Amino acid sequence: MSILANNQTRLMVQGITGSEGSFHTKQMIAYGTNVVAGVTPAKGGTKFEDSIPIFNTCAEAVKATGANTSVVFVPPAFALDAIIEAADSGVKLIVCITEGLPTRDMIKVKNYLDMVNSKGGNVRMIGPNCPGIISPGQCKIGIMPAMIHKQGKVGVISRSGTLTYEAVAQLTALGLGQSTCIGIGGDPIIGTQFIDAMRLFNEDKNTEAVVMIGEIGGNAEETCAEYVKKYVKKPVIGFIAGKTAPPGRRMGHAGAIIAGGKGTAVEKINAMRSAGIFVAESPADIGITVKQALDKLKKKKAAAQNKNAKKVITKKPVKKVTLKKTKKTTPKKKTIKRTTGRKKR
Amino acid sequence: MKIHEYQAKEILKKYGVPVQDGVAITNMSEFDNAIYTLQARGAHQYVVKSQIHAGGRGKGKVYSKDNRDELVQEGGVKFSPTVEKAREYAQKILGNLLITHQTGPEGKLVQTLFITEGLDYVKELYLGILLDRTIGKNVIMASTEGGVEIEKVAAETPEKIIKEWIDPAIGFQTFQARRLAFALGLEGEVFKSFIYFINQLYKAYEDTDASLVEINPMVITNDNRVVALDAKITLDDNSMFRHKDYAQLRDINEEDPLEVQASTYDLNYIKLDGNVGCMVNGAGLAMATMDIIKLAGGEPANFLDVGGGASKDTVEKGFQIILSDKNVKAILVNIFGGIVRCDRVAGGIIEAAKNINIDIPVVVRLEGTNAIEAQKMLDESGLNLISAKGFKEAAEKITAALKSS
Repeated sequence: MSILANNQTRLMVQGITGSEGSFHTKQMIAYGTNVVAGVTPAKGGTKFEDSIPIFNTCAEAVKATGANTSVVFVPPAFALDAIIEAADSGVKLIVCITEGLPTRDMIKVKNYLDMVNSKGGNVRMIGPNCPGIISPGQCKIGIMPAMIHKQGKVGVISRSGTLTYEAVAQLTALGLGQSTCIGIGGDPIIGTQFIDAMRLFNEDKNTEAVVMIGEIGGNAEETCAEYVKKYVKKPVIGFIAGKTAPPGRRMGHAGAIIAGGKGTAVEKINAMRSAGIFVAESPADIGITVKQALDKLKKKKAAAQNKNAKKVITKKPVKKVTLKKTKKTTPKKKTIKRTTGRKKR
Repeated sequence: MKIHEYQAKEILKKYGVPVQDGVAITNMSEFDNAIYTLQARGAHQYVVKSQIHAGGRGKGKVYSKDNRDELVQEGGVKFSPTVEKAREYAQKILGNLLITHQTGPEGKLVQTLFITEGLDYVKELYLGILLDRTIGKNVIMASTEGGVEIEKVAAETPEKIIKEWIDPAIGFQTFQARRLAFALGLEGEVFKSFIYFINQLYKAYEDTDASLVEINPMVITNDNRVVALDAKITLDDNSMFRHKDYAQLRDINEEDPLEVQASTYDLNYIKLDGNVGCMVNGAGLAMATMDIIKLAGGEPANFLDVGGGASKDTVEKGFQIILSDKNVKAILVNIFGGIVRCDRVAGGIIEAAKNINIDIPVVVRLEGTNAIEAQKMLDESGLNLISAKGFKEAAEKITAALKSS
């Protein structure tokens, strides 16, 4: 199981004949992604690598091949048009890898997609300025190195590219596979936010824990933390990059800026901690923090099972004892957790 | 991209936004002409305004360029009823250092002055237009508390900030302009002038792909005109492809020389004050590397994203720039090879290291595709490079390097 990308994905590549588009299309095919069509205006009727049909328009590609997902590799000046064309063609998921879209264009895109969805449509965008999405063992849509991933049960959401690879490699090295990894992108306006991806992972039965990798700028991490606090029972592990970033400077990503004193790493970390999210202090500890959170969960589950077993076997006198025990021990455990969480703030 | 006040006003003027009139000069020999021009347009009192890319100019302090301890004048923006006094102010400011709460202690050299008309006004208001990231829409912020920092107003009296969000499908509407005008307590002629002002201002914001337009203060003059006394515009770097004329608005004097040099090599470099330089591929990993340097007991000396390529050329240029910063005592190279093969990056590092004289410890951590081969190459290169396995070990080796240096 996974979210958004899986073996049902039928992928259309916009900008398949460009250098980035063609290189990564070959990589995606090699991984096993079902690439069904390419779109390059005026190159319709030809074939990519002698096998994948190229169309002039997205609408034609969808009609002929049943594509349900699109990945956008076109240059920033044409990305607005390409994204809206994809949405108009009826695909359900649009992954925009392109970096450097003007904010004015993304305001239009977001507004258009919101309007389509408010009228009963169903289209989601990931990115722009992102590595894409991968469900290991099933489908890769984007530019991430496939070999660092491993099929499993940890969901990953991140605003970054290489830092995500770093986190994924740490997970894989510890034997922790991933259900799906989503790079949501480093721009100020993005199609899928932390909270959207978190919601999907929360509903996904096969995802046991979720890693969220944020950075300075905006308050999307805080909004997601609020959601986690209210609705997410699965362990959530977080990291925020940019504790040492100076205010007022854009740290590479268009969205990574502390503006007017807002969007600092400390604010985000505090919000995450108070939502019960396990925050890794060091970027080298993301993997191990996930492992510890999962081990804790396992122990908890085992303890609960033991108690249940005791309840079933024993009768009156022992039952009383276990009741007392639960009364005493569970609140104790909780308070310990909370205080440690607060102390760290 | 940040631009100067005089450039921002030039843009606003094109959109019909009433602005305080002025002439920019870079040399005192241009002063008299500036005054004549303003007099011909009806000015009878003057303001001398420092043009630097930082706020707080009015409350800043001017220090001598030759002696940083010598206070030349209080205030980087000076009003004067006479030409003679204005000339004196201009002489004191131009070519000297202006230190404000936003420039940092090193201050900024004032290389341009904006000589403007002096206006008599009855009211100072605040107007700002920017992106509201939380909902992906532009927002206009207005306040009766003009002339002070809006962050301060937001923190202390948030109820005094009025907001209007703009629906991208239909754009800014006149009823919203009216709502702002009423909320600001404007009446009669001023009310009408404001409606025109804010409409044109929003048009300028949209058309120019600005990421911020701030008029602080916007004033109501004694003769009931609505005028932009100050203007700040930041342009969206991603929109440059459709505004080819913006390149000439860039003032490289305002940027750190090393950052300017890095930008000519297409390197994303930001200079900081620490002692450990770093070179990383990817912005997120670069920030995380800075953070781990701090955890390891150092202070990051820079942010440097060499991008996806990380070729011999980019690595060499990266080393050159990091090494030009004399505070740097050690360097951490952190590359996560995805599509990029680590052995190629290692080759680049070895080649680059041969060409430049590196006399400080360099910890190299290469992870991902062909990382093992890469490490072997570094170990066998005979160069003074410390290879590290994993992020954690890299941090530990930086700590060790700092202790021994």
